[in-house]
Amino acid sequence: MIRIDNLVKNFGAKRAVDGISFTVERGEVVGFLGPNGSGKSTTMRMITGFYPPTSGRVSVGGHDVSEAPLAAKRLIGYLPESAAAYPEMTVEGFLKFAAAMRGLEGEARRKAIARVVERCFLGSVLRQSIDTLSKGYRHRTCLAQALIHDPEVLILDEPTDGLDPNQKHEVRNLIREMGRSKAVIFSTHILEEVDAACTRAIIIDRGRIVAQGTPHELRAMSASAGAVTLEAQGATAERLAALGKVESLEGAFRIYPRDASQAAALAAAVIDLVSREGWKVQGMYSERGELDEVFRRITLPDTVAK
Amino acid sequence: MKPLWIIAKRELAGYFSSPVAYVFLVIFLLVAGFLTFTAGAFFERGEAGLGAFFGWHPWLYLVLVPAVGMRLWSEERRSGTIELLLTLPVTTWQAILGKFLASWLFLALALALTFPVALTVNVLGEPDNGAIVAGYVGSLMLAGAYLAITCMTSAMTRNQVVAFILAVVLCLFLILAGFNPVTDLLVRWASPAVVDAVAAFSVVTHFDGFQKGVLDSRDLLFFLSVIGFALFATGVIIRGHRAG
Repeated sequence: MIRIDNLVKNFGAKRAVDGISFTVERGEVVGFLGPNGSGKSTTMRMITGFYPPTSGRVSVGGHDVSEAPLAAKRLIGYLPESAAAYPEMTVEGFLKFAAAMRGLEGEARRKAIARVVERCFLGSVLRQSIDTLSKGYRHRTCLAQALIHDPEVLILDEPTDGLDPNQKHEVRNLIREMGRSKAVIFSTHILEEVDAACTRAIIIDRGRIVAQGTPHELRAMSASAGAVTLEAQGATAERLAALGKVESLEGAFRIYPRDASQAAALAAAVIDLVSREGWKVQGMYSERGELDEVFRRITLPDTVAK
Repeated sequence: MKPLWIIAKRELAGYFSSPVAYVFLVIFLLVAGFLTFTAGAFFERGEAGLGAFFGWHPWLYLVLVPAVGMRLWSEERRSGTIELLLTLPVTTWQAILGKFLASWLFLALALALTFPVALTVNVLGEPDNGAIVAGYVGSLMLAGAYLAITCMTSAMTRNQVVAFILAVVLCLFLILAGFNPVTDLLVRWASPAVVDAVAAFSVVTHFDGFQKGVLDSRDLLFFLSVIGFALFATGVIIRGHRAG
């Protein structure tokens, strides 16, 4: 549904997006991760046709965004980072406007509005003007606008920003549900959202894709992936050193696999050693790897890697 | 073409959703009345015509039209709704025209509410109603030209006040180029051809014809070209922001 080919965007002398390529198919939810200013929003603005690319191509549903912008825009529902909405309008008036702009009229419009109002829990504020709403409601009003025409492609720039934990949970569920039948891209700073909602994550830094994969694959890139933490009476670092690099924690040891191929067998090897030595085990955990560690390592190569 | 009207409708409704529109209408009518009857000496003239009324319009609009148009694009940019608007399935031109037409319609409404002046001259004497209609058409074109310029300055900045001031300055140039005291000054050291060329750019020169009841296609073309040019520039500016 979304095909991005060697996309570049310059702002004056500064290169904000530097040769990004990827595709998103129907049924995928792609999480866009990256530090502030890494080019996430700029990329999304190029997909939605707000910024023309300096070079490269974006096509949505087979329509080139630069050459056939209207056909491409019709397929897209977009929640901008600002989640801006016309402050003097009521929620209902704003949704009516968005529906009309999407060519919905009469009964179809009424149904579309009823659907998104229910989806985004806006029933209680329908007649309130947008400038009197709290940030969470304003955000959801703008989200409702993005969903009003039941688009095939959803581009959501930080959809959970400014929401409380319950609302975050609802929006994640919504994204996951939408992802079954649509192509969804959303950006976030919150790494747990990648687990909660994505089928694939793309990490970008300084305008380039630095890593991508399923949340599981990304986590496996973490140094602690496959590491075993052992809390046991009698255990010593010297003995464990035979299995891998050992780190002493408070009352426990963490054993890191020597390489990725050994990771799978490490836990079994530790159990083996424990039973041979007769240590009393109080706790033993296998680490799945931490996304934020991967994130920090690949987006800050100058400080963390050294 | 439909999205254009939906945008225009939303914009027009936006004016009336706050008291600003009503305050504007009242101020417009009060000032127009004051200028016509007091400063313009409407009754003392003893003419059955609206010269005292229309003559003030280039100056009246100088402040009021930029006030109506200043928020058109600067507010969209400041609040970020421009991103929403331009990612909807509309072209930039539809959005620009839709917004312009909404404001122009609002100004037309304000102008239409001055109808008691036209009634008054009809009660008191026998004016040339053709000239009055021509005057109204000219006044509307004049407002449109100022408004298009305000659209352009509004697209230049996120700050409404800056947009307002820029628009007033530009419109003032368009008045002064043909304002008698200025042309008199110019005549002293420039050839008549230069003076005429400068005056040809003035809204006053072109508005005069309408007031006299002459619907000259050249005058009409002048105002339409100012509108066309300023709106085109608005498009270029808006595209420029996005192109980076």
